[in-house]
Amino acid sequence: MANLQKLAQLFKELDDQLVSCMRCGMCQAVCPVFAQTGREADVTRGKLALLDGLAREMLADAAGVNEKLNRCLMCGTCQANCPSGVKIMDIFLKARAIMTGYFGLSKTKQAIFRGMLANPRLFNALTGMGAIFQGLFTKKVDDMLGSSCARFNAPLVGDRHFNTLAATPLRKIVPELDTPAGASGIRVAFFTGCVIDKIFPHVGEAALQVLEQKGVGVFLPSNQACCGIPALSSGDGETFDKLVAMNLQRFTTGEFDYLLTTCATCTSTIKELWPRMFKGDPAHSIAIKVLADKTMDISQFLVDILGVKEVPVANGRKVTYHDPCHLKNSLGITAQPRTMIKAAGCTFKEMQEAGSCCGCGGSFNVAHYDLSKKIGSRKAENIIDSGTDTLATSCPACMLHITDMLSRKKAGIEVKHVIELYADSMKNQG
Amino acid sequence: MNDSIIKEFAAIVGDENVMASETDRHTYSYDAAVLDSAMPSLVVRPDTSEALGKTVKLCNDNGLPLTVRGAGTNLSGGTIPHPGGVVVLTNGLNRILEINQEDLYAVVEPGVITAKFAAAAAACGLFYPPDPGSQTVSTLGGNVAENAGGLRGLKYGVTKDYVMGVDFWDVNGNLIKTGSRTVKCVSGYNLAGLMVGSEGTLGVFDKLILKLIPPPKASKSMMAIFSSMKAASETVSAIIAARIIPATLEIMDNFTIRTVENFRHAGLPTEAAALLLIEVDGHPGQVAEEAALVEQICREHGASELKVARDAAERDVIWQARRDALPALAKLKPTCVLEDATVPRSKIPAMIQALEDISREFKLTIGTFGHAGDGNLHPTILTDRRDEQEWQRVEKAIDEIFKRALELGGTLSGEHGIGLAKAKYLVLETNRGTLDYCRRMKSVLDPKNILNPGKIIG
Repeated sequence: MANLQKLAQLFKELDDQLVSCMRCGMCQAVCPVFAQTGREADVTRGKLALLDGLAREMLADAAGVNEKLNRCLMCGTCQANCPSGVKIMDIFLKARAIMTGYFGLSKTKQAIFRGMLANPRLFNALTGMGAIFQGLFTKKVDDMLGSSCARFNAPLVGDRHFNTLAATPLRKIVPELDTPAGASGIRVAFFTGCVIDKIFPHVGEAALQVLEQKGVGVFLPSNQACCGIPALSSGDGETFDKLVAMNLQRFTTGEFDYLLTTCATCTSTIKELWPRMFKGDPAHSIAIKVLADKTMDISQFLVDILGVKEVPVANGRKVTYHDPCHLKNSLGITAQPRTMIKAAGCTFKEMQEAGSCCGCGGSFNVAHYDLSKKIGSRKAENIIDSGTDTLATSCPACMLHITDMLSRKKAGIEVKHVIELYADSMKNQG
Repeated sequence: MNDSIIKEFAAIVGDENVMASETDRHTYSYDAAVLDSAMPSLVVRPDTSEALGKTVKLCNDNGLPLTVRGAGTNLSGGTIPHPGGVVVLTNGLNRILEINQEDLYAVVEPGVITAKFAAAAAACGLFYPPDPGSQTVSTLGGNVAENAGGLRGLKYGVTKDYVMGVDFWDVNGNLIKTGSRTVKCVSGYNLAGLMVGSEGTLGVFDKLILKLIPPPKASKSMMAIFSSMKAASETVSAIIAARIIPATLEIMDNFTIRTVENFRHAGLPTEAAALLLIEVDGHPGQVAEEAALVEQICREHGASELKVARDAAERDVIWQARRDALPALAKLKPTCVLEDATVPRSKIPAMIQALEDISREFKLTIGTFGHAGDGNLHPTILTDRRDEQEWQRVEKAIDEIFKRALELGGTLSGEHGIGLAKAKYLVLETNRGTLDYCRRMKSVLDPKNILNPGKIIG
């Protein structure tokens, strides 16, 4: 029990944040996981009560609490709608770190975070080999979506319809870039992100093409590391700190006005979590803050800074938009991506529940695929009901999961990043 | 709880609907009231009417205290279980069984969410007016058990005005049928009326028959700004005295106005001592006439400014301010005690004065807003429960709020219920004989005292 007391002590440090939850229960209205299960331990109020219970030594089953804590998409919808403004994501990330410190990191996660993520070269080499050999283990199920499924029983993959690794990752197509500010007089840094690099390099290419055409100079350093969110949300602060420091070292060598990403999760991680959650060398804190302040989503940059505007409908594409949680809930960005779709000359149609989570949630998708599928299935139905032919979004993780969901339903709907639509329209204009 | 009883529950509701782990039980040990939690020994979720009835009987057979829980948003501790008791969840019973458009009623299971039901009624061109603050998560069963109110109480009444019938399980597992699908019904005791506000102490709801009405065709919203709470509250009385019943008539004090403005930056007048938020609805002709009259009354009573919403967006700005009141106040301090002492509406000016005195006497921050039109104010005490000295003053202030409300001919609770929080005060509002009468009734209907023990009558 001595250990449990120590654990309680650590959770007591969250007391000032935990106490702000008034148990009103309004999070029940918006939590995607609770909507599926109806269990209080799956909704934020229940999770906060559990952490409070541990802090007050009312509970003995810390492993039980840990399990509940991890049944969360970290979508932040509860925080965005919390009447008393509880800093829920902060609490959950800190709690996960405390739990990981207490229970240790699983062998698998150790191998992934500390073995792979923290060694970008090894990670790249392994995924590069994977890209060559994956055809042996997978078969294509939907050419338009580019989805595949496992040829034979694979425990981690299950029955997912997934986007395979790209034959050539972005870092091979564009190893690095350092172009001067053109007509716009603006220079940006481009943070690629793992999923864009390895699975959707064409999204990164589209962004770079648009920036070039707009006369924006680009600084894209080689050897970028993961933004750190997978490690941080599994409570592995050590790997997170390492990844932040590596990226910092790569990006502080260039001069630029903004740092852009095409990944909602990377954007919110750099902007919100790097400054708050980095526990490494304090000497980095100013540089982190400067970088975070410069960080922007690609659509936000194009609309707010370059003044991209809607144009009359110019093509036959009917598009609906899914709000990635990390743009909508974390950064409050919802208008700019929609403007971009209209600026691409597409017909835009809003779907029902556009702002509700797709159910991916990073490692949640791995640990709780059934739940993830149920939540995603509802998203797919809303997309289908919108009567459009294209689903656009701003996050490659959402693209992966929504592709899986639409592919299963044989919906015949394409999944695109907003920037791809815009890049296409610029190409068509000649 | 021993395994064999757990197995019996599992046989009734299914393994997946029994929660016995410490973690799961802990998450059903509290509700939205600022009270200590109490750990249940089991949580079950029946998803059929039959399973619900058997669950009640099994609890009674084993003398297990039973607390029914919808969304757990209760503000008086009504859904905090008895220590070691059984929590019976209703969210597996969430079907709308019928919306009858000819006879204007609906039949629902108790776990249907209020706002979803109101939306389903609206989709049929009908109106279910009760709109408690927690309506996006609260359940209709909980609303009936608490006789929940909301912003529209003044003109449209509260939950009790929409309950036509309640089917419920008694402790022996018999289904008791009350009320009917007719507008008029005098067959036997009005047991449905007895169930409304009974807080789970007399029976377990199985089905509810709820009244629906045609929605108003038009509405008009306005915001009136006053330089004193007195002027604002006298305006409320004057509007009613002019025989106008607005759908909604809300008040906010200066502290609440400043807090909301600081929160939303919607351009509220932070120097105003009080705001009235008013909506009249009905036939377009009537709305125009009443809005003009209300405007005139506000001006006559010293409103320094009057903003009438010209479109839906402006209407939304007005009501967003009211919706923001609680969240904005709640963000100021860790603990937020939301009271609902209610007085006859003519006594609103006196009650507001009393609250100002209490705030000063006990050195507490109290934001006051609420349903001025029906006398139901929400003095909101902002504090930190961990500050023991201040918490003692809070408890004394609450005693004083109740005392003053009762002196003014009011009631302990307009819409939050008595639950655990106010059980000790009930005798002050009624008398010993009334409490004894209630206890005798309860002892006959629930001889083992398993139905939500400790609530209302102690």
